[in-house]
Parts: sequence; structure tokens; C-alpha cells
Amino acid sequence: MSQFDQDPNAIRRYAPPPEGHVSGSKLELALRAGHFAVTAEMNPPDSADPQDVFKAAQPLADVADAINATDASGANCHMSSIGICALLTRAGHGTVYQISCRDRNRIAIQGDVLGAAAMGVRNVLCLTGDDVGAGDQPGAKPVFDFDSLTLIRTIRTMRDQGVFLSGRKITSPPNLFIGAAENPCVDPLEWRPDRLAKKVAAGAEFIQTNYIFDMPRFQAFMSRVRDLGLERKVFILAGVGPLASAKAARWMRGNVPGIHIPDQVIARLEKAENPGEEGRRICVELIQQLREVAGVAGVHIMAYRREHLVADIVREAGIAREQRPA
Amino acid sequence: MYRIRRFAVRHSRQFEWIYNRLESALVALAPVLSRIGYNRIERPVALIEKGIKGLLFDCQMCGQCVLSSTGMSCPMNCPKQLRNGPCGGVRPGGFCEVKPGMRCVWVEGWNGAARMRGGDRIREVLPPVDRRLAGSSAWLRASREKAAALHEARERERSTLANAFPTARRIEPSTAPLADEPARAIGRGKTG
Repeated sequence: MSQFDQDPNAIRRYAPPPEGHVSGSKLELALRAGHFAVTAEMNPPDSADPQDVFKAAQPLADVADAINATDASGANCHMSSIGICALLTRAGHGTVYQISCRDRNRIAIQGDVLGAAAMGVRNVLCLTGDDVGAGDQPGAKPVFDFDSLTLIRTIRTMRDQGVFLSGRKITSPPNLFIGAAENPCVDPLEWRPDRLAKKVAAGAEFIQTNYIFDMPRFQAFMSRVRDLGLERKVFILAGVGPLASAKAARWMRGNVPGIHIPDQVIARLEKAENPGEEGRRICVELIQQLREVAGVAGVHIMAYRREHLVADIVREAGIAREQRPA
Repeated sequence: MYRIRRFAVRHSRQFEWIYNRLESALVALAPVLSRIGYNRIERPVALIEKGIKGLLFDCQMCGQCVLSSTGMSCPMNCPKQLRNGPCGGVRPGGFCEVKPGMRCVWVEGWNGAARMRGGDRIREVLPPVDRRLAGSSAWLRASREKAAALHEARERERSTLANAFPTARRIEPSTAPLADEPARAIGRGKTG
């Protein structure tokens, strides 16, 4: 055999989605079946070794309907989302391919969308992206040719109309479940639900929110979302994560764009004897509260460097796959 | 200038009114402008536009002005140049993620839109910027586009009528004409 360890003729396009689905991804199947879905963010390796990808995904694989592969989040360079997704998809895991508008223009992005779909990716998350100044290489040129909404609309056009934005035909369009982010707990609080409405209008089918640590703010957001009838048009996965300590929480709040952590949460971590355990407990409690909020279809767990806790959190919160009603 | 820019957003409703008048005038003038040649007036108009909008809105002359849909807050002043903001990085109090001393262009925009008559236009998803049009006059582009749309609507009305009475059109061509009409041939009779 040649350098291929797989017969190239055996690599086929994945099966078309079942009736009433756009992608047939595990995540889409779970959400449309009415299950409380779980997605989890993976810490991308700074390595060219595929085994490092599988190692990083391993603690999430059993409990997540899809694993999010971040696209240089915080403008820090790591292995690409598309590379991680290609590896994990081949290994049978559900993945969410994250696309940030910071680093690539419309030509690169549309090409990558086709490439990702060809490699088996079925979920995509459209993000504007943090500014380059937030990352480890602040001298880089920010691209922002698209924003998250024009990106959503573009992928919808590619999938549903089978054309590039230029109008040129795509012979085999990508069957992707299209997601977007929302940040319900940061300013402008009054306009956040309206921006979500715009994302739905642009074509988003699921939403993964930023961290929710402030339930009253989130409740207010969701109440307006329900007034607008958005929870019936889009699956909303609420973002959660275990905090490691009060110091880490303060650092995140001060240095990572778009993170709101109320003082009470930090105070609770401060008082705790074992802050790591307390952070885990807060996360479980939040999931249980979020589950009761009308219109929340699942959770998105971002446990940066605390991925080993995710499976326990999911089981303790009672939302693991084996705990789902049959 | 930052302070004038913020003034313009606070008075978005007034600027909306002013721009609508300007646009109507340019649409009405379309036949004249087209006779002079849009190509000939492009440079001088763009220069004037740059002066006025640069002063009022810190306009960057992207050539595809969307101020009427963004609460009179120019999205090209957003460091990420979002056309559909704000992003998720807005700081407490509505300040920019990238330039912490600056008010978020899009927080300003949504507030400005709430004061405008046509403020709901901010809910429309705007397309990405066509970088080829940078430096050109958006005023002329918008009015040309509107004039063309008006013309097309008139044409469509005429052809719909003509298509609805195909036989009449064939036997009595003057009852449902499709050919271009010279200006003096229409508008002389009473319609009311």
C-alpha cells in the first residue's frame, strides 16, 4: 500500500441526515428528540501529536453529545479546530467545529467549511472571536472580514442553496447543524435578546452561551427570549463551568473578554475550605437550576484545565446520557 | 471626533430626518445626475461626503453606509468592524472590549436606533463589507440604487398590466404599451 493507511476509495461522504434533520449529528438528534443535551469544550493541545488530541478529549467523550474544539480562543494559538474535529470525528466522537472571524477571511472560511464537512464534521459554531490583543500574539493582523451573523448566513446559504456567497455552485453542499454564541449576562443586557433574535434570523439553529454564573440576569434574559418566542426557534445550551478558586475567578473576570462572575460567587469560593470542590458544587447547582428554566435545551460545559471533573459534574447533576428517559 | 460622534448618536432621530431629506433630493435629481454622469460627479461628491460624515460620525468611507440601520453609530469605528454587533466582549457599563476607554459602538448604535423612526432596521442582518467600494460615495450609491428600484417598480407595473391583457396589447398596442415612454408623453392627463 501507499502512504495511505486507509484506502482512499473507502473514504465516503457521511450519510445524509434523517428526515426533519439538517445534519444528523448526535447533538442535533439529542436536541430534536427533546433530551437535555450536553456539549463540552476541549482544551486544544499545543502539539502535532494526534494522541494528545484523543487524550484531551477522553474525559469528555462519554458524557458529551458533542465536543467543542475551540478556534484559538482568547486569540491564543493552539492546534486548529478543523484539525481536532477531523481527528475526533474519525474516532467516532461528535464535534463542534468552532469558526472565529478573527483569523480568516471569507475565502478561507468557506473553503474550510467544505473541508470540515468532507471530513465528517456536522456541527459548526459561528463566532466573532476575541480581539488579537487578548492573546499571546497581540501584534497579529485582525481579519474580521465576516462577523458571526454574516458567517451564519453564509453557511446557511452554502447548505440550503448549495452555492458560495459568490453564487458559484457547490456540487455537494455541507450538511451542517449551525450554531452561534450568545452572552446573556454582559452589557448591553437589554439588547442581548434582540441580538439573539438577529442570530436566529440569520439562520442559527443552536446557541451555546458564555458562562452563566448570575441566575437572576439569565432569568431576565430568558424571560425576554420567551416573549420573543425564540426558544421555539433555536436550541439554547447554557454555558457553565467549574471555577478552580476565587483567585482564578477574579483573573478570568478581569482578563478574559465577556466573562461576568458576581461577587457572591467569588465570596463563596473564598470562604470554602476546598475551593476546587466548591467550584464543582456551584457548577452542579447551576446546571440543576438551569435545567428548570423554560427554554433551556441543554448545557455547554467549559471546564478549562478541569476537564477531569466534567463527567462527575454531569452525572451528579443528573443529566448524563444513561440518566435520560428512554 | 469622539465627542461629536456621540452627539450624533444622541441626536440620531434628527440626523435620520436630515439624511432622508438628502436622499430624497438625490433620488429626485437622479435623471439630472445621470445626465451629468455619475462617474463625473463621483470624486467631488465623495470628497464632500467624507468631510461631512468624517466630522459627524468619524466616517471611514467604507462606501456602503449603514448609519440609518445602526442608530447613526458608524460600525467601522468598532475595532472588529462588526456589521451586526455588539460582540460578547462588551465591558461593564457598555465599554469596548478592545479599547476600554471607548463606548461600545454597538451599544451606542442600539440606543441610537431606539430613538429613530426607522430604528427597527437595526434588526436586519447586514451583509459583509465589499472592500472594493472603500472611498466611494455611499450617498450616490444609495440614491442611484433607490432610483433604479423605483424605475424597476414602475416598469414591473407596466409589464404586469401588459401581460394581463395579452390579446388587447397585440390588437391595440397603445392600450398596454411596453416600450420606453419619452418623458413628455406621460403625466399630462388628470388622474384624480
